[in-house]
Amino acid sequence: MLQNQSPAQYASALLINAVCEPQQLSKLSDCDWDLLLQVARQKRLLGRLYMELKRLCLLSSVPENVAAQLRAANNLVTHRQTVLAWELNRILWALKGLDVPVIALKGIAYVIADLPPASGRFFADLDILVPLEHITVVEQRLLDRGWLKTTLSPYDERYYRLWMHEIPPLRHRERESEIDIHHTLLPRTHRFNFHAITASLFTEAHTVPNSEAQILAAPDMVLHVLVHLLFEGNPEEGLRLRDLIDIADLLRYFGSEMTFWSQLVQRAEQLNLGRPLYYGFRYLQRLLGIKVPAFAIQTTARFAPIAPIQWLMDWLVPLAILPEHPAYPRYRARLARQLLYLRAHWLRMPPLLLIRHLSYKMWLRLRKVPRYIDIKPQDLQQL
Amino acid sequence: MMISELTATELQARLTTAGLCFGCGPFRLRLNSSLRLLFPVLHKLYAHYPVYDHSGVDDYRMTLDWASPLRRWLRPVVRFSADGPAPFTDVSIEQAFPTLEWGMNWCIAVRAHHVLMLHAAVVERHGRVLVLPAAPGSGKSTLCAALSHSGWRLFSDEFGLVQPEDATFIPIPRLISLKNQSINVIRQFSATAHIGSTYHGTHKGSVAHIRPPLASITRMKESAPAGWVIFPRWQAGAALTLQPIAKDRAFMMIASNAFNYEVLGELAFKAVAHIVKNCEIYSLVYSDLAQAIHTLDDLTQ
Repeated sequence: MLQNQSPAQYASALLINAVCEPQQLSKLSDCDWDLLLQVARQKRLLGRLYMELKRLCLLSSVPENVAAQLRAANNLVTHRQTVLAWELNRILWALKGLDVPVIALKGIAYVIADLPPASGRFFADLDILVPLEHITVVEQRLLDRGWLKTTLSPYDERYYRLWMHEIPPLRHRERESEIDIHHTLLPRTHRFNFHAITASLFTEAHTVPNSEAQILAAPDMVLHVLVHLLFEGNPEEGLRLRDLIDIADLLRYFGSEMTFWSQLVQRAEQLNLGRPLYYGFRYLQRLLGIKVPAFAIQTTARFAPIAPIQWLMDWLVPLAILPEHPAYPRYRARLARQLLYLRAHWLRMPPLLLIRHLSYKMWLRLRKVPRYIDIKPQDLQQL
Repeated sequence: MMISELTATELQARLTTAGLCFGCGPFRLRLNSSLRLLFPVLHKLYAHYPVYDHSGVDDYRMTLDWASPLRRWLRPVVRFSADGPAPFTDVSIEQAFPTLEWGMNWCIAVRAHHVLMLHAAVVERHGRVLVLPAAPGSGKSTLCAALSHSGWRLFSDEFGLVQPEDATFIPIPRLISLKNQSINVIRQFSATAHIGSTYHGTHKGSVAHIRPPLASITRMKESAPAGWVIFPRWQAGAALTLQPIAKDRAFMMIASNAFNYEVLGELAFKAVAHIVKNCEIYSLVYSDLAQAIHTLDDLTQ
């Protein structure tokens, strides 16, 4: 370990180098691999490391049980991708005849369009986008064809229906994948929402060969991941490094055409997402060393926040997004995760609504009503 | 160096600081625990496992410790965890050891997707393995314990790990876990079996663990192809029957018995096809253990 590096810096550097320069992986010591596997598992990047090593024909140069662990993770990723691609296929089958455009979002979009972030990427749920005016018929059709509603409390049900950008998740009765049906990309009550022009997501969408689902236009796709990265903090997990890596992959792929960058900036402005794009460029450069064309930086400079906020974000974002050393968790990283979580909620709904929502959740917690029911294997065996 | 060669103090020092690193089959495990009651049990039942150096790439990092400082004194409960949130509900301190064993199985079952995992006992003789896939309660562990003390080499009583590339079986000589009546059956069957204490009142009833014979651990890196697949079923008072199973049916039985057949997809299909093609496959109903062992010995001569 370098002398002036803290354990957390060392762990982060290992993971970031592994992602950015996978060709160096064959030189790692056993101790470094041991730590890298732990942080990559924490950030769900094992599958990606496997695919990178495979692409570079370096799998045989890493220790045998490292290769085994990576292969195990990647087999699981491949399985998830197959299962979710099949789920999408079934949804499209069920919706046949309705004449509703269906846009695949995030992970499943990368898979069906064969985009670079799909490689080794683990994803848990299936996300699709349909126009708001059709969402009731879509939901009803899926319910008629074997999908079930997940049981939610009346409060949560209302929360989804009134305030969110998606309806409560559905799940097919014979399969385990959860599907999230969105009608826009941000909660209805969100500070940055762009209701008025949600329809343009559909007019700009692209078709995909061999699928009846569509994908978002390239700039919209990038902005959607940014929104997900910056507005969905989780106090345990922090901001998702995987989202930042997805953006890096997408920019590298679409960015070879210079017109893409100006379209991206223009579209961000149109959707009122200039600030997230500004942050995106900033942290891609700072954390992953991604090169963004100078003119794109210049044209997004006007979206910058005031200096104190900028300073605060520069302190919080790296703490919340980079991995922790598993043996030395830091209080300030936890604080950063929590503050960004609060920020995400602050932006998510107007202050009065937020107070109402949080008081209700606090009340549930005081009464010890479990947020979800966790069934462990042991409990099942006790029957 | 084997765990039995560590002094009690050395073992404790490892468990309570950087962790006890040891090998079981293809895996390198690291265990941390400050539960004093566990130390002598590990010293005896894990005696033959090789101790590894601290620096290396761990497959599973496990911790079994007090659920919280308070719960050490007030109705003591312990918690198992491995690289993340606890997978099981906390258990009373008396059940610490069986929970560690289940925890280790859980680690393998949820993570080892580089191999096909059959829910089967596996033993080897003359370079070929006998696979005993079965549902819980069918007497697979009892049969496996008896075979591994009758000249067969123990691969595993729980996991048939199959290398997908060539369908060979990989040894994972974990402790054999015996439940309820089978504990006494094995005590009577073999005088050489080293059986640990019986833990009563677990969620699977009473359980006890057999230490894997030394040879199964010293040869734990030697894989072998499958020769026979036997689906055993213990049935009180039944006359012994050994019926061949048609290959197509056997395929479905093995595939549905695996923990991760769907995860491996095509790889799993090919591995199972290879096993089915190259094995003799039978169903075995028995009530008398010695007679069952005798029949299997004859079959595999």
